[in-house]
Amino acid sequence: MTIITQLSIFVKNEPGAFASISGILKECGINLKAFNIAESSGFGVLRAIADNPKEAYATLKDRNIIVKLTDVIAVPMQDQPGGLYEVGKVFGDAGINIEYAYAYAGVKGPAVFFRVDDPASAISALEKEGFRTLSESDL
Amino acid sequence: MFWNEKIECMPREELRKLQYEKLRALIDNLYANNAFYRKRMDEKGVKPEDIRCLEDISKLPFMYKSDLRDYYPTGLFTVPNTDIVRYHVSSGTTGKPTLVGYTQHDIGYWSEALARSLTSIGITKDDIIQVSYGYGLFTGGLGLHYGAEAVGATVLPSGTGGTERQLELMKDLGVTAIACTPSYLIHMSTIAKKMGVDFRRDTKLRTAILGAEPWTEGMRRHIEEDMGVKAFDIYGTSEQAGPMFTECMERDGIHIPGDIMYVEVIDPETEEVLPAGQRGELVVTMLQKEAFPLVRYRIKDLTYIIDEPCKCGRTSPRIGRITGRSDDMLIIRGINVFPSQVEHTLMQIPEVGDQYMIIVDREGALDHMTVQVELKPEAFSDKMEDMMELKRRIEHEMKKYLNIAVDVDLKEHGTLPRFEGKAKRVIDNRVM
Repeated sequence: MTIITQLSIFVKNEPGAFASISGILKECGINLKAFNIAESSGFGVLRAIADNPKEAYATLKDRNIIVKLTDVIAVPMQDQPGGLYEVGKVFGDAGINIEYAYAYAGVKGPAVFFRVDDPASAISALEKEGFRTLSESDL
Repeated sequence: MFWNEKIECMPREELRKLQYEKLRALIDNLYANNAFYRKRMDEKGVKPEDIRCLEDISKLPFMYKSDLRDYYPTGLFTVPNTDIVRYHVSSGTTGKPTLVGYTQHDIGYWSEALARSLTSIGITKDDIIQVSYGYGLFTGGLGLHYGAEAVGATVLPSGTGGTERQLELMKDLGVTAIACTPSYLIHMSTIAKKMGVDFRRDTKLRTAILGAEPWTEGMRRHIEEDMGVKAFDIYGTSEQAGPMFTECMERDGIHIPGDIMYVEVIDPETEEVLPAGQRGELVVTMLQKEAFPLVRYRIKDLTYIIDEPCKCGRTSPRIGRITGRSDDMLIIRGINVFPSQVEHTLMQIPEVGDQYMIIVDREGALDHMTVQVELKPEAFSDKMEDMMELKRRIEHEMKKYLNIAVDVDLKEHGTLPRFEGKAKRVIDNRVM
């Protein structure tokens, strides 16, 4: 199984909140490969792929940051029109619901991180159609 | 266990007789010697001899908070200044602070009331009590201090603040009981977690005596589960002397020793005395107070009287949990809202932590209430949908219970203000 562990960090939705959390990431020596921010009134979630997620999780917890580990999958795709469609079609045909996704311009080519209800069946549906998913060492 | 079994378990008829005698002596004395009381009684056309039984107390005029302000500082004192042994100044929850004076006897009945209360919750000379109420002008610190010393317990007079040090001392000295505001205890628990202190494992703390601000049953459950203590409600305002009345082990209302205070509950609109069990405004008459008597004082605390005998054997009347002060009431779009109702609603929701703030604004002509709610760390979800669902669920519960639309702001654990003294959870930005 090529599950990627993502950090989900609760952040306030107010001026200075991003500076504050990114400052903490800096102090803790946590490097991010990709991230996305979702926001609502009053609060937001910073979803991030870190170099060493388990260690980063423990460090942030010690700093009293509200953080969770979430399973996502990373799917590499063609850097051309239609690349996204090919992957999206596999999910659609297999009836897999995407909760959220964000792009990653990786060193070995572009990929998209997907958060789905059931990562295992998503991976097998992708593999059936000839797609592979990335492991943490591929990032 | 009783501190003063004869009085505490006195048959009700005998107690009522004692109360009447004390009331009558008080009124006779005030009418003869005090211009304020005589004027008020004359205005109402009532003479001391009209008070023929305990129920006749309802013929007497009320005293109001405004009287205390109008006669500030010592206008309502009935003893020479040289007989005053101490002053306290009310914490001024509402409006201008009031000055309270005490004779030696006043300090005595206050400590006596507390000794009875502490004994009723199992505190003995073997206990070590950390008094984490403010010492000084506020009555909490010194009051509990004298009460605990009266039962022979060991007092750690730590006051408020310096929470890390307080926790260290609690551990090192084997403190068994703490007296403070519920909000301060919750603050302590947060700090303890950061320090890696587990109350059950690392301390001997078993009893918490909590008061000086309204709190709910939900908050009690939360504190007890969190810290492994038994939490007791304590009541008493500076006008009465200070905190002094608690629940007993049965925890079914706060015992009001009949020889110290006579309680009535009235309908605030009609000023009629309500029967036991009916909720209204508390009216108190202090039966032993010397320096600064209170007769039918409208304390504005909202509660009801429990008249049935308590399983513990004490015969005194009890009052139900104070649900607020009529002065704390917010009127939002014409609907009465008590902060305690907000707390009660929040405590029913498992994802909600123990801190909240109520913010009231006026947008155009409309009042708008926002409740900021801290979530428990484990309630946080990566899915925005779950978080929005939770927000809507809290808003829905609020609407159901308060009858007004409320905006809920979810806050991460540790971001709302903590309080070491009385919690100030309401910010009313409306300009009236």
